Amino acid sequence: MIRGTWWAGLVLLAIMGLTAGAVAQPVTLNGAGATFPFPLYSKWSQVYAEEKGVQINYQSIGSGGGIRQFISKTVDFGATDGPMSDGQITQAGGRVLHIPMVAGAVVPVYNAPGVGTGLNFPPDVLADIFLGRITKWSDPRIVRVNPKAALPSADIVVVHRSDGSGTTAIWVNYLSKVSAMWKTRVGEGTSVNWPTGLGGRGNEGVAGLVRQTPNSLGYVELAYALTNKMTFGNVRNKAGQFVRPSLSSTTKAMEGALKNIPGDYRVFFTNPDGKDVYPIAGFTWILIAGEQPDPVKGKALVEFLWWATHDGQKYASALLYAPLPKRLVVRIEGTLKSVTSRGTPILP
Amino acid sequence: MSVAGRVAAGSSARTGDRPFQLLLAVMAAAVPLIIGAVLVALIAAASPAIQRFGVGFFVTSTWDPVAEEFGVLPFIYGTLVSSALALLIAVPLGLGVAIFLAELVPGWLRAPITFFVELLAAIPSVVIGLWGIFVLVPWVRTTLEPLLKSTLGFLPLFSGPPLGIGMLTAGLILAAMVVPFIVAVSTEVMRAVPRAQREGALALGATMWETTRTAVLPYARSGIIGAIFLALARALGETMAVTMVIGNVPQIKASLFAPAYTIPAVIANEFTEATSDLYVAALIYAGLVLFIVTVAVNALARLLVSRVARGPAQIRE
Repeated sequence: MIRGTWWAGLVLLAIMGLTAGAVAQPVTLNGAGATFPFPLYSKWSQVYAEEKGVQINYQSIGSGGGIRQFISKTVDFGATDGPMSDGQITQAGGRVLHIPMVAGAVVPVYNAPGVGTGLNFPPDVLADIFLGRITKWSDPRIVRVNPKAALPSADIVVVHRSDGSGTTAIWVNYLSKVSAMWKTRVGEGTSVNWPTGLGGRGNEGVAGLVRQTPNSLGYVELAYALTNKMTFGNVRNKAGQFVRPSLSSTTKAMEGALKNIPGDYRVFFTNPDGKDVYPIAGFTWILIAGEQPDPVKGKALVEFLWWATHDGQKYASALLYAPLPKRLVVRIEGTLKSVTSRGTPILP
Repeated sequence: MSVAGRVAAGSSARTGDRPFQLLLAVMAAAVPLIIGAVLVALIAAASPAIQRFGVGFFVTSTWDPVAEEFGVLPFIYGTLVSSALALLIAVPLGLGVAIFLAELVPGWLRAPITFFVELLAAIPSVVIGLWGIFVLVPWVRTTLEPLLKSTLGFLPLFSGPPLGIGMLTAGLILAAMVVPFIVAVSTEVMRAVPRAQREGALALGATMWETTRTAVLPYARSGIIGAIFLALARALGETMAVTMVIGNVPQIKASLFAPAYTIPAVIANEFTEATSDLYVAALIYAGLVLFIVTVAVNALARLLVSRVARGPAQIRE
C-alpha cells in the first residue's frame, strides 16, 4: 500500500516535469544590489510579472554587494546608489552600462526644541556643522538666515549614518562640492571618517537618534523623512534660493543637471544649476552588460528596463521616489538601443 | 574519557558500537575543523590588508575608508570595554537571580520567573536594539547619566555631555542580553548541588547566605564560570543591539558617556557597501582581529580561573 502510493507520487512528479518542459519556459531575471530602491523594484517586479509574465528576482543586499555580484556575473543585473569606479568597470570586463531608474533626495533632519520645520541651511553652514566648526544652534551664521526661528543656544549634536550607504555617498558628495575643506579633510564615499558626531545604523537609526536627542541634526532619505513626518530643513541651491526638498524639486534637480550628466550617467548630480531645484539628490542605477551573453534573457532585460523607465515611472511618486524627467528618458532610450547580443542590437 | 580513548575502548565491544563511535569521533573532529576553516578563510581573504597594514593594524586609531587607511585599536577597545561593562553588571545580577531561583523561590513563582528569563533570551537582538533606542537611551540621557554626573561626576569615567548614546548604554543593553545565559546555566548547576551539601551546612548552624556561599556556590563554581564564559562570548560578538546604541564613533575616550564602536558593529555596518578590495580586506582583517581577541580573552579568563579556583575541592578542607 505504502509502496504503491510512493510509486504513484513518482509518476505524478515525472508527468509534472514533462509538462513543465513542454510549455515555454518563462524568463526569470535575477538582480541584486542597492537597498534604497528595493520597495520600487519589488512593485515593478510584481506589476511586470502580471503584465508581461517575466519574473524579476531582486535581492537588496546593498550597493557594494550588487557591484561585486555584477562583476562576478552571478546576476543578470546589478543595482547601485553609487557609480562603479573605473577599476571596477575594468574588472567587470566589456561594456558596462549604468541606467538611471529614479532619483532620491537626502534631507537635513533636526530636533531643536521650539524650532519648527523648514529651517534654512546654506551649503557652507551644513558643511561646517558636519566638520565640527559650527557647534551651536545659535551660531550667527545660522541665525542670519533664520531670523524668525527661536534657535536654542545649545550644542548641535551631529548624527550621521554609521553603515555604508548611498545616502551618505550623496550627502558627502554634496558637502565635497560646496566646501573645499570638506573635500580635502574628509572626501566622499559610502563611508567616511567623520570629523564629528554620532553614528546611527540605517535611516531608522539616524531618525531614532535625531528624534531622541534634543538639539540634534542628521540626514536621511527624503522618502524616509516624509513617511515618518520628520522635521526637515530647506537647503540653499546654486541659484541662491532656499528650497524645500520634495519629489518635484528633486526631478527639477535632474533637469537642471541634464547638460552636465555624461553619456554614461556615472555622476552624482548634486548642486546643479537651475531654479527651484533641491540640490542634494542622486540617481539609483541598474547595471547591465552592454553585450548580453544570452539573447533571450538580454531581450527580456532590456525590455524590462525600457518599461521601467517609461510606464514604470508612474509607480515612483507613490513610493516617494522622484521620477526621471522626460528629456533624460529620451537619452536613456538611446542607451538601451545600444545594447547588443552576439553583436546585433537587441531593440529595433 | 577522551574521544580517542572511547574509540580505542570500543574495539572490544559489539560490532555495532564501532561505526557509532567513529561517527561521534568525526562529529567531534568537525568542531576544530570548522574553526580551522574559518581561520584559514579569514587570513586568505584579509591578506591584502595584512600585507598592507601588518601588525600596525592593531595599534592604529585611524579608520578612513576614503583614504584607505585602516586601524582597529578603537574598535578593540570598544569591544573589550563594552563587554567588560556588561559582565560587571550582568554577573552579580544574574547570580542573584540564579541563587533566588535555586535556593529561595517558592514553587509557584519559579516557573513564571524562569519563563521570563528565557523569554528575554529569545528576543531578537535587533528588537532589543530598537527598545534600546526608544526606551533605554532616553532614560539613560535624562535620568541615569545626570544622576551619575551629579554624584560621581568628578571621575573622568562620568564626564562629558549626557547623550544617552555611548559606551554606558551599550554595556547596559549587553548586560540585559547576557543575563539570561548566566541565570539559566547557573540555576541549573546550583540546583544540581546535592541536598546533603546544604543540609550539612544548615546542620552546622549556617545561615541561608552562609550555606549558599560555602556549600552551594563553590560546588557549582565550574558551571557558573562556564555560564560567564558563554555570556562573555555572546557580549564580544553581539552586533545589532550594540551598534544601535553605542554611537558608532571609533575613538578611545575615558568617559563612559562618550560614543564608541565595536569590531562586530563596524563589520556589519560597512561590509555590504564596501566596494574597494582593500576596504573589504580591512573589514575581514577586523574580523580576524575579533577572532584573535575572543580567543585571547577566553584563554586569559580560563588561566585566571584555574589560578584562582580549583572547584569544590576547597570546601572539603
